[in-house]
Amino acid sequence: MDRLRIQRGHIPYLSEFFHSIKLDRLRMQRIRELAIEKALFLCALVSVLTTIGIVLVLIFETLSFFEEVPILEFLTGTTWAPTYRPQHFGVLPLINGTIMIAAGAAVIAIPLGIASSVYLSEYASAKVRQTVKPVLEILAGIPTVVYGYFAISFITPLIREFIPDANIFNAASASIVVGIMILPMVSSLSEDAMRSVPRSLREGAYALGSTRFDVSTKIVVPAALSGILASFVLAISRAVGETMAVTLAAGATPKMTLNFFESIQTMTAYIVQVSLGDTPHGSIEYQTIFAVGMVLFIMTLLMNIVSMWIKERYREVYS
Amino acid sequence: MRYIKGEAFKYLCMAATVIALMLLALLMWDAWDKGAGWLSLKFLNSFPSRFPEQAGIKSALWGSIWLMILTAIISIPLGVGAAIYLEEYARRTWLTRIIEINISNLAGVPSIVYGILGLALFVRGLMLGRSLLAGALTMALLILPIIIISSQEAIRAVPKSIREASYALGSTKWQTVRHHVLPAALPGILTGNILSLSRAMGEAAPLIMIGALTFIAFTPAGPFDPFTALPIQIFNWASRPKAEFQFLAAAGILVLLALLLAMNAAAIIIRNKYQRYIKW
Repeated sequence: MDRLRIQRGHIPYLSEFFHSIKLDRLRMQRIRELAIEKALFLCALVSVLTTIGIVLVLIFETLSFFEEVPILEFLTGTTWAPTYRPQHFGVLPLINGTIMIAAGAAVIAIPLGIASSVYLSEYASAKVRQTVKPVLEILAGIPTVVYGYFAISFITPLIREFIPDANIFNAASASIVVGIMILPMVSSLSEDAMRSVPRSLREGAYALGSTRFDVSTKIVVPAALSGILASFVLAISRAVGETMAVTLAAGATPKMTLNFFESIQTMTAYIVQVSLGDTPHGSIEYQTIFAVGMVLFIMTLLMNIVSMWIKERYREVYS
Repeated sequence: MRYIKGEAFKYLCMAATVIALMLLALLMWDAWDKGAGWLSLKFLNSFPSRFPEQAGIKSALWGSIWLMILTAIISIPLGVGAAIYLEEYARRTWLTRIIEINISNLAGVPSIVYGILGLALFVRGLMLGRSLLAGALTMALLILPIIIISSQEAIRAVPKSIREASYALGSTKWQTVRHHVLPAALPGILTGNILSLSRAMGEAAPLIMIGALTFIAFTPAGPFDPFTALPIQIFNWASRPKAEFQFLAAAGILVLLALLLAMNAAAIIIRNKYQRYIKW
């Protein structure tokens, strides 16, 4: 009995002492491992919270905007004049401007992008490809405000040289620079898609007597079509969300037009215009940026989803 | 005939590539042509002014540097942490799947929408006002998806055998990650992070949304000060009709491009330097 009490009180055996420390350390270690895992999980959760934040902020302010302006008037009205009296809140002119820029940019970027991706993937030597591709990707890394400057300092004067009637702010100039901006997106992503077409397909076609032209247009492009189309949609979605270049070059006149040489306004440029001014918080003008932002967010989100869907749905799998 | 068609197609595709490269050259040349004459130490060391001859980018330059440091402090731990979780810890559940889809969607959200979020959440919600901190938080959210995706790629490139060897010696999960996976993935992670930060460096739209100012005649002294940044100063000058301000904008662009070039060069040097040591 006595010996037992001594044992419990003073831990006379060293081995038991170390054993208990070891158990403690294991327990500590387990707690630490668990805490680290939870902390890392919280980091990953921030991205989900960001999305929830964006959606909640947009919905909340847009709903109070729709208390003042009927949703039907907003979506179908053809006059956008929130700062003049009488006020008009028809978003269609802004959507029209946005689509014009995106379409114009696509006309520039898609043919150039696809042709250069065919060249890089099918014709260029490995050395040329390894130098040209990163250089082209520099175009994607140049800040958008630089493109805006390039539009007003170089492209617009050039356009007015040929078409003197063109407004100093015009959709054409903005479309061209946005097209240059999204070009590397098309060429780089399409080239990746083409390069992942297996070599055996090309060799099969060559064995049947195809020329390089036949192989490129009838084998490689069709086989990589899902990746190529996905890159188009992604690039156009980028053009829709582009802000600084269109704010600087396309003007601030929301209107329903298809004339590329007139001043227009996109959704993004409108949002910038309002936030540059001194619009009081809580006013209807202030709320318009959230309503317009909501339209912009939904449009780009849909395009991104479509792009992902095309890539998944129509991917040709080779083993 | 087939030969001619093939050759014509080849040269057409080559021409498209050359045109794209020429556009890049033209863009650079245009900024250099108009801005180089306005570059000087005085330009770097003066505050903005109504008089173009006296105007400079001191406040914008320091604002951008502050912004980059704060953004890096906020976004890098979050982004790398998220990447570690997704690559090393996450089991394939619906929640993981949602997080991954969500990240790739966030990467496609226009930057101005982040500005709207920053305006509502940080400027108004957290009452940070038009401060550097509000700007840095907004920028951090903006580049978080790119940081996560690039860090994930770097972590994924570490071979499984490294982890298994570590487990075989009795390491725990975190010990394996901390002492083996992270060091091996570090060059890739650093490169991706620097490139993401350089994206934030050039962004103007979200900063305009949260109300970064353009006429600031002081350099920020702390994270709660109002600020301006290089792309905003360039935007402000570029939107003025007077020719001299256009030249100032071009000079500002040269400074911005030089900074971006330095960041990209740093990323490439890091990658090349460490790639030599790590070989599997």
